[in-house]
Order: sequence, then C-alpha cells, then structure tokens
Amino acid sequence: MEALGSLIIAKYNYWAVIALLLIGLYAMITKKNLIKKIIGMNIFQTAIILFYVSIGSKKGATIPIITHGHGDASHAVHSVEYINPLPHVLMLTAIVVSVATLGVALALAMKVYSQYGTLEEDEIREKIMESEPV
Amino acid sequence: MEEQFPIIIIAVPLIAALLITALWWFDKRVCLPISIVAGLTSLVASVGLLLQVLSGGIIEYRLGGWAPPFGIVYRIDHLNSLIIVAVSLVSLLNLIGSRTTAQKEFQEKVGAFYALYLLFTAGLLGILITGDAFNLYVLLEIASLTGYALIGLGRRRAPLSGLNYLLMGTIGASLYLLGIGYLYLMTGSLNMADIAQILPTILPSKVIVLAFILCLSGLFIKMALFPLHGWLPNAYTYSPSVVSSLVAPLTTKVMIYAMFRLMLTIFSIDFSLNSVALRLPILWLAIAAIVMGSIMALAQKRLKKMLAFIVVAEVGYMVGGFWLGNRAGMSGAVLHIINDAAMTLCVFMAAGAIVYKTEDDRLSSLKGVFRKMPVTMAAMVVGGLSLIGVPPTCGFFSKWYLISGGMAAGHYGFVAALLFSSLVNTVLFFRLFEIGYFEPFPSGHAHEQQGHTDARNHSSSIAEAPLDLLVPLVATAVLVIVLGIYSGEIVARVIQFAIPAVIV
Repeated sequence: MEALGSLIIAKYNYWAVIALLLIGLYAMITKKNLIKKIIGMNIFQTAIILFYVSIGSKKGATIPIITHGHGDASHAVHSVEYINPLPHVLMLTAIVVSVATLGVALALAMKVYSQYGTLEEDEIREKIMESEPV
Repeated sequence: MEEQFPIIIIAVPLIAALLITALWWFDKRVCLPISIVAGLTSLVASVGLLLQVLSGGIIEYRLGGWAPPFGIVYRIDHLNSLIIVAVSLVSLLNLIGSRTTAQKEFQEKVGAFYALYLLFTAGLLGILITGDAFNLYVLLEIASLTGYALIGLGRRRAPLSGLNYLLMGTIGASLYLLGIGYLYLMTGSLNMADIAQILPTILPSKVIVLAFILCLSGLFIKMALFPLHGWLPNAYTYSPSVVSSLVAPLTTKVMIYAMFRLMLTIFSIDFSLNSVALRLPILWLAIAAIVMGSIMALAQKRLKKMLAFIVVAEVGYMVGGFWLGNRAGMSGAVLHIINDAAMTLCVFMAAGAIVYKTEDDRLSSLKGVFRKMPVTMAAMVVGGLSLIGVPPTCGFFSKWYLISGGMAAGHYGFVAALLFSSLVNTVLFFRLFEIGYFEPFPSGHAHEQQGHTDARNHSSSIAEAPLDLLVPLVATAVLVIVLGIYSGEIVARVIQFAIPAVIV
C-alpha cells in the first residue's frame, strides 16, 4: 500500500501527463474527422507543456516574482522559496509554437475542405480514389 | 565582422523574410532580388565560418554576450561547418532556379513563397549551428512549420499531404521536447556541452536512457526512418516542384545531423551506442529502410514519387552508417549527408524542369524526353549515376565508406542492403533512360499539348527548360562530380575531426 501510494499518488502530475498524451494520441489515430485529429495533436502538445511546468514546482514555494517593500534596498533572494521559472519561460515558447502549428493546421484543413467538400478522412479517400486513376 | 558570421547566417534570411513580407504587397518583383542577396550573404558567411573552423578550431559564439550555460551559444565545429555550407549552397542554387517556376506556380502568392523559403532556410541553418538543446527544438519547429506551409502551397493532394506531414511531424517534435524535458529534469541545464559534462556524474540512470530514446524517436519521425516514413512520399510528390527540390535534399539530412549531434555531443558516443541495446535493432531498421525504400521505388509509376522513395532509402544509408559505430561508417554517413544533398537536389531539380515543361511526371509519358530536354536529362543522368554509385560522382565515395564500415563491423546485412539498393537504383534509372530515348508516338497525349508540328517531325523540337532553371541544374551536376573528386580531401580535412578519436 505504501509503495502504491508513492507510485501513484505522489507522482500524480506524471500520471496526468501520461493520460493526456494517450488521449491526444488516441484522438489523432482513431478519429476520422480532420479537426478532431488536429485537436488531438493540440492535446498531445499540451500534455508536454504540463510536464515541464509541473517539474518546476516545489512544495511550499511561491510564484517566482520578487516584491520589494517600500524603499527597501535589494536583499538576498533565497531561491528555494520560489518555484523554478525557467520551465515556465521555455513553455511560453512551446505554447507559441503550438498555436502557430494549430494555425497552419487549420489553414491546411480549410484548403482540404475547399477541395473535397468534406473533412472526414474516409470520404476524402473515396473522392481521391475515384478522381485519380493511378 | 568575421566574429559575427554565426549570427549573420541566421539573421540575414530572417530579416529578408520580414522585408519581403512587408514589401511584396507593393511590388512583386522585389522578392527574388532580396532573397538572392540574403542567400548569397548566408553562403559567404558560412564559407567564412568553414575557413575559420579549418584554421582555428571550434568556434563558440555567445548570443547577447551571455556566457553558457545561462546563455544560448552557437557552436560551430567540424561536424556542422561543412553541412552549413552545403545547406546554404543548395538553398541558393534552388532559389536561382526558382524564378520562372515560382512565377508560374504561385502567381499572386509569390511573395509568401519567398518569405517562407527564407524562413525555412533560416530554420535549417539554425538547427545546424545551435549549441543549445531547447534552441534546437525552436528552430526545428520553425523549419518544420514553414516546410508544412510550403508543401501545402501545391495543388491536388498537396494540402492533405501537408496536413498529414504536420500531424506526424508535430508528434516527432513533441517527443523530442519531452526528451529534452527529462534531460533538463536530471541535469538542470539546456546547453549541449554543459549537459555532456554533467551526464557522466549522474550515470547510470534510467531517466537519461528514457530521454535518449524519446529524443531519438522524435528525430526518427522527423527524418522519415522506416517505418516512420509515411508522410514523406506524398508530401514530396504533391508539393510544387520548386518546393520539393528545396525540401527533399535538406529536411531529412538536417534531422539526421541533429541525431548525430545528439549522439556525439549531448550523450557521448559511448553512451549512445552501448547503453541500451539499440545498435543492432536500429541497424536492422536502416536495412529495412534501404530495402523497402528501393522496392517501393520500383513500384512507382510517377517520377517524383519514385525519387521520394529513393530519399527514404538514402535515410537508411546514413542512419545505418552512423550506428555501425566505426570510423569508416561514421565518415561515410557524414559525407553522405553532403553528397546526398547535392545529388537529391540534382535529380529533383531535373524532375521539376520536366514537370514544368510537360505538366506530367508519369514515367510512361516521358517518351522522347532526351531529345526534347537534352541538358535537363544530362543532369538527371549525372544525378542518377551518383545515386547508383558510379565513380567519379560523389555517390560512389560515400557508398565506399559505408560499405567499408559495414565490412569492418562484420555486419554483412548492411553491405548486402547497400549493394541491393545500388542494383535497384540502376534498374530505376536505366528504365527512366530507356523510356526517355524512345521516340514519342504521334498520338501520345503529352505531345498533343505541344501542337501539330511535333506530330509530323518528331525529332526537331527542343523544348528545354528556361535558362534560369538550367544554369543551377548544370551547376549542381558539376558540383556532384566535383564533390566526388574531392571526397578524400573532404574526409581528411573536415570529417575526420568531426568524429571523436575514440572511434576506431
């Protein structure tokens, strides 16, 4: 029971990341609608963002913003009191990349829709099969 | 000025892309001159960097003056300096050849094409030059996103193939990001050299092995190693010709370089080859890539799709050569990156010229193309001979190193796969040459577009590609031969120092 607790409950953030990764992959592989696949891709990327942010947090630490009182000279900062800000900064970049990828994906989906009139993968495949003999 | 070469290589294409995006609304003709100036500047800076590395050793350039490991550094050593020159040269040659083709293909969107082109080049050069693991992810995504958009600019099945490439490529980049996350978790650093210093103190560690496997899997998806190559054939076939001759020679090779950098610099080569029993499985995957790529290429009826499957096989050469783990194999793999960029550019540009003139790349309708487009097909012959592995073209020499490496390692399966691939390439290209030498029939549909006169006298019309496409094509064919003649020099003076001394 002790081992189970330390395996599951103590590492709950990793389990959340695993669940989101698998949900995203499942959506990308099994769903036939292109928009659902794109959403699955977004969930996959969000899981990795969650991973990075969760490894930066510490028990009992506060957000990494240093506040000075009025007229205080700069004092020593105990970095142990603040959560690690570097993963947050890295994930800002990753969120931007994720949004840009979503934009390109939706633009390509729009072009596919204007070409084939549908966003369902099996219907698109049928239309391709009947229009291209080779 | 010479100290700023590392940042010039990246910054000039980026700024030029911004300029083109701003200015092309007013005057479309400004796109190509700005692009060519940017491409030339990058090429000059990269050649300058290569000369500096050859004479002075490893260059470390600190962005903003921040010292590592807190700042991002650009690190140029023997491994990437030559590949940087190759990438900027390929990009510039294709850019010169793109004038009439891009105008015809994109018409009103030509400014967007050139901006994406320069961003793609900047992204690839950034991947090659960076010494920071997270910076590599950012530039990987820059190059990939612009690649998806460039491929999606085509007609027919291009948007769907681009979307498929996007979905698979994003999984790959995200897996790489996850691996870097685990590395950061264990070492607290993102700088490649710094991680390499910290890793021996925390090994053996299951987390580091997991990080290695995740990064490797992500890069395998990006480089289209069999069986993760599903996105490549459609993406390269249906994209516009000028895009496929940019993306095909460069994307997979730069991703393979990223794998080399991962294995050589971040995780030391000893850890990469020996920690997990991955060497033999990946060698067998590479063999499968070579064999399946060659067999699938045989089955194709379209020229561009056949060439795309040949690219899949070439990825197998490089991955297998590197994972052999001996000096000959690794030298062959690094040399093959440069050689393959040149010969893939040659054959894809020749295919692009054929598609530009005949609008049809089915192999059956290429009858008589040797008479109509002699210069283009001469370049295709040179590229084909290089892919087969005929001296003095460059393909022979890198194949020689790879085969020597396979025999030295005792892995005769790899040697057999390489020879099989040479034989299949021979069949593919000689079939192409045979079809091209036959006279076209009067009722052939490819001929109807060219008017009635051709139906009456078959042999007089030379409908060659435009001059601005021919000149880079001929230059590339000459480059393929020159690279072959100087292969020994390249290996002795550059590649030899890229591979660590412990490899024998």
